[in-house]
Amino acid sequence: MLILFLAPLAAGALSLIVSRSRVAEYVTVLAAITDLVVSFLLLHEALEQRHTFLHNYILLDNLGAWVILCVSIVYTLASIYAVGYMRLLDEDERLPLFYALFSGFAFTMLGACVMNNVGVFWIAIELTTLISTFLVGFEQEAESTEAAWKYIVVVSAGISLALLGTVLFYWGGSYVLGPSYAMTWAALHGSAAQVYPPLLTVSFLLVLVGYGTKAGLAPMHTWLPDAHSESPAPVSAMLSGALLNASMLGIARFLSVVDGTSVSTFAHSAVVGFGIFSFVLATLFIVRQTGIKRLMAYSSVEHIGVQALGLGFGGALGIAGALYHMLNHSLNKSLMFFGAGNAMRAYQTKEIPMIRHVLKVSPVTGTLWLLGAVGIAGAPPFALFLSEFTILRAGIAGRYRWAAIVFVIFLIVVFISFLSHFRDMYFGTGPEPEVRSMPGVLWRAIPMWLAFLPLLVLGLWWPRGLWNAFMQIYAGLAGGTP
Amino acid sequence: MFLAHVSSLQASIFSLLAIFSLLLAFVMLGSHWLRNYVYAFAAESWLIAALSAAVAYFGGYTELYIIAILTAVFRGLVLPYLLMRIVQRLNVQREIHAVLQPSSSLVVGALLVMFAFVIANHMNFQTSTAGEVVVLALTIMLSMKLLGFLMLAVRDQAVSQILGLLVLENGIFLGSQILVPGMPMLIEIVILFDLLIIVACFGMLIRYLVVHAGTTSSRQLNRLVG
Repeated sequence: MLILFLAPLAAGALSLIVSRSRVAEYVTVLAAITDLVVSFLLLHEALEQRHTFLHNYILLDNLGAWVILCVSIVYTLASIYAVGYMRLLDEDERLPLFYALFSGFAFTMLGACVMNNVGVFWIAIELTTLISTFLVGFEQEAESTEAAWKYIVVVSAGISLALLGTVLFYWGGSYVLGPSYAMTWAALHGSAAQVYPPLLTVSFLLVLVGYGTKAGLAPMHTWLPDAHSESPAPVSAMLSGALLNASMLGIARFLSVVDGTSVSTFAHSAVVGFGIFSFVLATLFIVRQTGIKRLMAYSSVEHIGVQALGLGFGGALGIAGALYHMLNHSLNKSLMFFGAGNAMRAYQTKEIPMIRHVLKVSPVTGTLWLLGAVGIAGAPPFALFLSEFTILRAGIAGRYRWAAIVFVIFLIVVFISFLSHFRDMYFGTGPEPEVRSMPGVLWRAIPMWLAFLPLLVLGLWWPRGLWNAFMQIYAGLAGGTP
Repeated sequence: MFLAHVSSLQASIFSLLAIFSLLLAFVMLGSHWLRNYVYAFAAESWLIAALSAAVAYFGGYTELYIIAILTAVFRGLVLPYLLMRIVQRLNVQREIHAVLQPSSSLVVGALLVMFAFVIANHMNFQTSTAGEVVVLALTIMLSMKLLGFLMLAVRDQAVSQILGLLVLENGIFLGSQILVPGMPMLIEIVILFDLLIIVACFGMLIRYLVVHAGTTSSRQLNRLVG
């Protein structure tokens, strides 16, 4: 447990102290791999028993450990990719700073996953914003500075709503538990049933909108395409694959706090509503998108919407689908952003119409990218198909059948429009553009393979152990100890 | 529950302080001058510190005295000082191109306060003095929230946007002093420090904005669309 947090901290500090970019690269990769190994062990540990540390401030439970696993997978992939990618930017002297921020970002996200105190969880999420702002603006051009500014203003304003909601939750609980108590998830859940319902409704909505802003649910997603498209590719992968999950964790936990109370149905409907709205809106933006990284960013909004749908549908299938989707989306979206980063560097542009004949330029990574695109559009045999199908089954079985139908229709739209962009890039006619050759291909190909292979395996075979883990998390969520 | 046996004198003191801070939010809304915003924000923070001290005195929460002092020092002195420095360095004196004129934004602000009152009334289930204070606190909390969002929406100078965010947070702080004085102190202190870091980050970002984007007006940040 301690190692999980010490590794990125040490890596960050070392990068700053030694101040040599080569050292910083390798230390970061090493820390990330350590984190990955530890997070597997932690998940195993948490499935057996939940632990609390430091006077109940820190909680290691199965849901948190699952998100930790997703975050450290993306951290590992992105840090390997960063070695190959960041060298292309010709900013060698600022690289140690980049890696220090990068590890700090990972540290705050991992920290958020184990916070048992609702207030401290809010602070951890806020810290992720502050650190990642500077990663978004790292390239120091007009666009990236603009994106960083929008990011911090929109997200800080949104997340302050979550703070208001948290305070109101605490106030509601203080009628039951006395004026001063430890604001843990379990305490909130225990008192929620006796809180005056309108108060509970308002608090939940505020929290949902607040963390929804951070998670990129529409219509609070406006910062997301800018920040994801303007930051360096490894950072985009971290934002999309890891950060969004950490904020979804907040929504999942609050949803389980109000479960079993009189507003539970309303809360689920609200989450489903935001989910379906994000999904539809993102789909429409995908259809006419011309920026390659903005395309990926809207695809993130879409998949966050799918996760929210899974959580909102609820039930064993819905929760399992949402959690499985979280892992698969982390893997697949990292793959996609890596591919987009390669294309961006090779063609020196972010515009889809300028990217042509990808297969001729980079046969191996190009193929992986194309297969990843097929996967992220939701086609079998890749893992996202399985998780989306599970969520769909949950929707049809439950009371939100209308949402499931809209979901299916727009899944088809997404599939067609997303792949038509890729058809243009791979097989479209057009002059063969000038391409610059880039060193460090191996560093950029390895993480793509590492993301692709599990995606294929998980798409063909849903391990029994994982299913059991999901069922255990579901029981925990429904049973009141989130 | 501390509010359950609040006397009418205490209730009026709390109400007075809270209403004055709401008035200061309107002062910010009705002015063009960036300098006035900062002064109004500082005064508002001092009022909130006074409120914390009052709650500490009447309710017997000794740790709130510490919060009061920290609020006064950080929000009342350090943050306004940092903001003043930014204003002076940028050499921007006033909002020129605000979407809404101050007079019309005052009217919109008044409507928002009414809306906040309606919601607050729905959330309350007590009668008696305690209920009145609760409704007032909730109203002011929500309306400062809404006013902060209004400022974010109609102002386009970077400094005004930071101040809008700070007004959002002030509203939460003010409400939480009255509603949940027993909230663990650790969290409040961390949130205070958190604010300091936020403003420092904003300061750095503004410098980047000037260098790379050539403007501090969000209206001209329009490269990224679609």
